[in-house]
Amino acid sequence: MTDSQSLTHLERLEAESIHIMREVVAETENPVMLYSIGKDSAVMLHLAMKAFYPAKPPFPLLHVDTRWKFREMYAFRDRIAQELGMDLIVYTNPEGVAQGVNPFTHGSELHTHIMKTEALKQALNKYGFDAAIAGARRDEEKSRAKERIFSFRTAQHRWDPKNQRPELWKLYNARKQKGESIRVFPLSNWTELDIWQYIYLKNIPIVPLYFAAERPVVERDGVLIMVDDHRMPLHEGEAPMMRRVRFRTLGCYPLTGAIESTADTLPAIIQEMLLARTSERKGRIIDQDAAASMEKKKQEGYF
Amino acid sequence: MSHSQEQMISTDIEQTLKHHEHKNLLRFITCGSLNDGKSTLIGRLLYDSQMLFMDQLVALQNDSRKWSTQEGDIDLALLVDSLAAEREQGNTIDVAYRYFSTDKRKFILADTPGHEQYTRNMITGASSADLAVILIDASQGVLTQTRRHTHLVSLIGIRHVVLAINKMDLVGYSHEVFERIVEDYREFADKLAIENCVAIPISALKGDNIVRPSKAMDWYHGSTLMGYLETVEIDDTRMQRAPFRLPVQWVNHPNPDFRGFSGYVASGTIRPGDRIRVQPLGKESRVTRIVTDEGDLSHAVAGQSITLTLEDEIDISRGSVISTVDAPAEVADQFEARIVWMHEQPLYPGRTYLMKIGTNTINAVITDIKYQINVNTLEHLAADKLDLNGIAVCNIGLDRSIPFDPYELNRDVGGFILIDRLSNNTVGAGMINYALRRAHNIHLQHLDIDKEARSAQKGHKPCVLWFTGLSGSGKSTVANLVEKKLFNLGAHTYLLDGDNVRHGLNRDLGFTTADRVENIRRVAELSKLMVDAGLIVLTAFISPFRSERRMARELLPEGEFIEVFMDTPLEIAEQRDPKGLYKKARRGDLKNFTGIDSPYESPEAAEIRIDTSTLSAEEGADRIIGLLRERGVLNS
Repeated sequence: MTDSQSLTHLERLEAESIHIMREVVAETENPVMLYSIGKDSAVMLHLAMKAFYPAKPPFPLLHVDTRWKFREMYAFRDRIAQELGMDLIVYTNPEGVAQGVNPFTHGSELHTHIMKTEALKQALNKYGFDAAIAGARRDEEKSRAKERIFSFRTAQHRWDPKNQRPELWKLYNARKQKGESIRVFPLSNWTELDIWQYIYLKNIPIVPLYFAAERPVVERDGVLIMVDDHRMPLHEGEAPMMRRVRFRTLGCYPLTGAIESTADTLPAIIQEMLLARTSERKGRIIDQDAAASMEKKKQEGYF
Repeated sequence: MSHSQEQMISTDIEQTLKHHEHKNLLRFITCGSLNDGKSTLIGRLLYDSQMLFMDQLVALQNDSRKWSTQEGDIDLALLVDSLAAEREQGNTIDVAYRYFSTDKRKFILADTPGHEQYTRNMITGASSADLAVILIDASQGVLTQTRRHTHLVSLIGIRHVVLAINKMDLVGYSHEVFERIVEDYREFADKLAIENCVAIPISALKGDNIVRPSKAMDWYHGSTLMGYLETVEIDDTRMQRAPFRLPVQWVNHPNPDFRGFSGYVASGTIRPGDRIRVQPLGKESRVTRIVTDEGDLSHAVAGQSITLTLEDEIDISRGSVISTVDAPAEVADQFEARIVWMHEQPLYPGRTYLMKIGTNTINAVITDIKYQINVNTLEHLAADKLDLNGIAVCNIGLDRSIPFDPYELNRDVGGFILIDRLSNNTVGAGMINYALRRAHNIHLQHLDIDKEARSAQKGHKPCVLWFTGLSGSGKSTVANLVEKKLFNLGAHTYLLDGDNVRHGLNRDLGFTTADRVENIRRVAELSKLMVDAGLIVLTAFISPFRSERRMARELLPEGEFIEVFMDTPLEIAEQRDPKGLYKKARRGDLKNFTGIDSPYESPEAAEIRIDTSTLSAEEGADRIIGLLRERGVLNS
């Protein structure tokens, strides 16, 4: 009887992520899963459904809404939450709304700080979540290469890169004082290719914006921005033009660059990615700041 | 795009995907001393394997202008030295993980810092690695750090080492220098248990023998570094062939009709129908289903996260370990372990820490630091505390028993972390060598005689019946029978069983020679008290050493110590092996086992010898009763 089988890379990643999510549920009091509607969130949610099957994942989804996501993202979010029977909490920073914060007048950095970083802290405090499961990967960005899987935040939600706990084997130390919280990254060891491959293998639904289609865009500083609604202020002489584009990452539509593409199937997307010579986050304008910007954002509480 | 074109691309990409999906994974670490070119090497691996995306390159060129320590060229090290803080410090301060793949394999690289105060990070990175690349600067040779890294790699149980002798360009690509370093290294490394060690001469800066064979070193005929990493055989199904272990993480009980037990399979294989034992409870049942959202599985193997259901309703919670009945885990509450200390606050014996092992978190006390290890020389040093980055062999006691396997057999049920109870920091990591008190091997003997019965005291003389003999010689069986017979005769008795005493009075003792001696001393003293109280005391211990039995005899008045020699040839005892201990000892899983690697000294003048190869237990018991009558202990 030979049952021995060499597990594939994806099977190993899947098992690791499931193990991590179960540890969170077993060792924390009030966990939540941050759901950003993108492809990484899609994989994470799929893994959560697996980890606790036949039970539902014993935590709600939290979407920190800046109010500037693509319309297709909102529609997708509501449909998925309903289909899977997951509780979905949508939180928007009320002060940001009151001040009318938006990426056009306030710029990407301030918008992101108030509507994402601050909003997330407010939401975690409001609901008393002591663990937030999020879909960040170590291969996304240089400062994330050293991130722990269980990442500790002070009661002020600050991340101290010099004071993180060693993680050995599969032993995660989830103990914390009252008020402190943990960000947990079950997809830490996945690469962008792994994510796409898994979506393909498991037929996981994703937002249609990832697939190429004719969309109205304007070109600004060499970046194609989709005109997703009437709030987008057009410059003098600027007119939306229809281009066959898709998105490699999804965020606030005014801050997310489209790429010209004909890839309208998963294999085509993966192929395009394999041939691509621009790495994933190039489409995100917020990362084009100083090299250490992400690290600074993380210290402040951004993922 | 025409249909046929699209189809072709689609076919190709699907093949590409399949190929990629079936690649296997190598997890490795790089360790090197300060300035021996580790970051450059990693940058070179990533750069030369052409996994660098264009815009990362552009960013790199920008960074190089600002930060470079290399004139002119792109500084590959900047690719991997990431946190802004460490750029300013000029060295790496933590473990960073890198991901890349080639046509042949996928790689996860733990980049671990070299300098001494960050040993804990290296241990962290090494804990999940299959292979270690140890860097040596050819112009420096084997340094203290090299020894430290090698020792840590061996300590954490990495079986494959690549000795990457870097900066060969600085020593004129000299074959002689290379050979001398390899020789120096082996002198040290041969003392350590590293299965497979290969030395490769490289220059990370110039790209020699990284991905392309070096033109400057035609004397070297082995693989390039990348070539080796791509092809080295990693036995990734090894854990699947080990006994089944499922540390229960979470009980899945969404409704009264479903109760599943979820966890990561640490080792072995399981299928529906398999009989399992739940430890530490010891309850048994049978697997009914392996449940997933994609349908039930016919079997599951080490490395998968699964959910099982069982035939019987057993109270299982997080922390239980499910094993198959043929090879259950050991259960114990005291261990010898190797500990690496990871915190500025030293470890002190006697202080309570939390131990997380598998899915258990329990209170733990370091009862004794047996010795500290100098990682540079491997010398043993006496220590009364353990400082940051110190490594020691310690005894640990827990406040309850847990299922485990020794670390060398199973990292996931034999490795643990220690957590400070106040700060909640992870302050240490440990690896179980073996249990000191083998609770697993000690089956509680069911005593047929209770306390009330014994108190119905009758007229007889007190004495000690001191049973001695190999494990499996029938000491407990016969002693139990004798006690029953004595009870029926109205005698007031007490049976001190080797195993029972070790659960209480002697729980702090292990199986080393010193502990065995102390074990017998205490039993002898206890017997003496009980004899003083007028009882017939039966003791059933292997008690292998003559000197201890003599000591017990000398504690008692003449005639009250009756030595009963259970004379069984080793072959027969081993054949019986009722608890499977001989098998384990033969495999080397049980150290200091009497008859195998610890001697048994036969009595020279026992009061009675019971030859258990010719006598039944009943006959043996009758002879002993006969002797008691002869000697006037019992009224005849």
